[in-house]
Amino acid sequence: MTLTLTVNGTERQLELDPRVTLLDALRVHLDLTGSKKGCDHGQCGACTVLVNGRRINSCLSLAVMHDGDEITTVEGLANGKPGELQQAFVEHDGFQCGYCTPGQLCSATGMLQELAEGWPSHVSETLEGEYGLTEAEISERMSGNICRCSCYPGINAAIRQAGERA
Amino acid sequence: MRPFDYTRAENVSDACAAAFAPEAQFIAGGTNLVDLMKLEVMAPGELVDINRLGLDRIEESDGGLRVGATVTNSDLAADARIRQDYPVLSRALLAGASGQLRNKATTGGNLLQRTRCPYFYDTDSACNKRSPGAGCAAIGGETRNHAILGTSEHCIALHPSDMAVAMRALDARIEVQPQDGPAKAYEMDRFYCLPGDTPHIETVLEPGDLITSVWLPAPKGTRQVYRKVRDRASYAFALVSVAAVIEMEEGRISHASVAFGGLAPMPWRDVEVDALLAGAEPSADLFDEAADILLQGAQPQEGTEFKLPLARRALRAVLEEATL
Repeated sequence: MTLTLTVNGTERQLELDPRVTLLDALRVHLDLTGSKKGCDHGQCGACTVLVNGRRINSCLSLAVMHDGDEITTVEGLANGKPGELQQAFVEHDGFQCGYCTPGQLCSATGMLQELAEGWPSHVSETLEGEYGLTEAEISERMSGNICRCSCYPGINAAIRQAGERA
Repeated sequence: MRPFDYTRAENVSDACAAAFAPEAQFIAGGTNLVDLMKLEVMAPGELVDINRLGLDRIEESDGGLRVGATVTNSDLAADARIRQDYPVLSRALLAGASGQLRNKATTGGNLLQRTRCPYFYDTDSACNKRSPGAGCAAIGGETRNHAILGTSEHCIALHPSDMAVAMRALDARIEVQPQDGPAKAYEMDRFYCLPGDTPHIETVLEPGDLITSVWLPAPKGTRQVYRKVRDRASYAFALVSVAAVIEMEEGRISHASVAFGGLAPMPWRDVEVDALLAGAEPSADLFDEAADILLQGAQPQEGTEFKLPLARRALRAVLEEATL
């Protein structure tokens, strides 16, 4: 099937079997190997990308269902040099092996946008009002991203710093 | 993944007609279906994509809210009207899955996620749901995330939704467009099927039937609580969850609807529990009696016996909070 994706601002045409996931389309067909395949079942978050500004698990989505969509991968988060969030991950040791990091970065980018839009979370005390960048809020909102090196304190601090500076 | 044909439906009637074909399945968010297709637990011959049917709106209607089938779990949880008037639903949605999954998972898809257990996912194990008549490896096997109410000797899988539990407590109605004929609406207890000797049949939907929306009546209680108990703090299925919609009048419970997750093959509700609570004065004894009624027919396995005291304590805690 033929489809068009706008990936990191560039329009890309693809001819794909409908079985190809968005993750495999990015990694195998477009050579954008930043997005990682961890569990391939939506449990680890390593494949997280932004679709039309929202974070999703690209491993659980068929590429053909994204015809016309705008995709942002980790390669598109920075413009030649590390962005604020990426820099914060470096400063706070938000990784060890780095395998989950592209997913963490895309997920955190989407999550900070959700916070800016005033979405509540499971740990929010009320369903009204603004939600701060507390450790508990960040941990809850990032629970779809696993780090097997367990760099959570650094990840949490990095997101907090980038969110506060935004 | 087995090969399949992919069709993007442009309108509801085309979608229903396409999905009437044998082996066809609707796909919306795909968060459960694609996972099951990768494992070849499910192998539809055709997928009918319903994401571009305009079913992604939440509208005020008939004194309540009509939620389109492809409204995402995130959008539903964050909707100002849901947060204001149906907080139990926002809370249930926010307790489910992860941020990424909620951004993709839809209202209709959440209802239709498979009632399941680990043996259903393991194609080397016997499973009556996957292969009718094959037997059930879960009964007598390793159990934890399994049902204790409404089960049968053929299946003890549970429906893991949080959203549907809140909807059950809110008396939601599921609206369906059949492939031919007028639209239908189902109360949730008429929508799901208990496993009996046909655990592969989970709902009353016929081929080509499309969930178009869920209608939420005006809430019957302003005291709404959702409590979920699970093995880790986030991103895990409920071991037990309780959704309560309560109204109080002069120190007595004037309305009670209580639904349960993690216990049954469908979002569970017991009319006798609700009837006991209605008109009564809240007390520890009353809540214990409600738990007795809820659990009187429970049939736990060795690995799920813990759910009896857990469900009792969760129910008591929720009712204490809701009637305070």
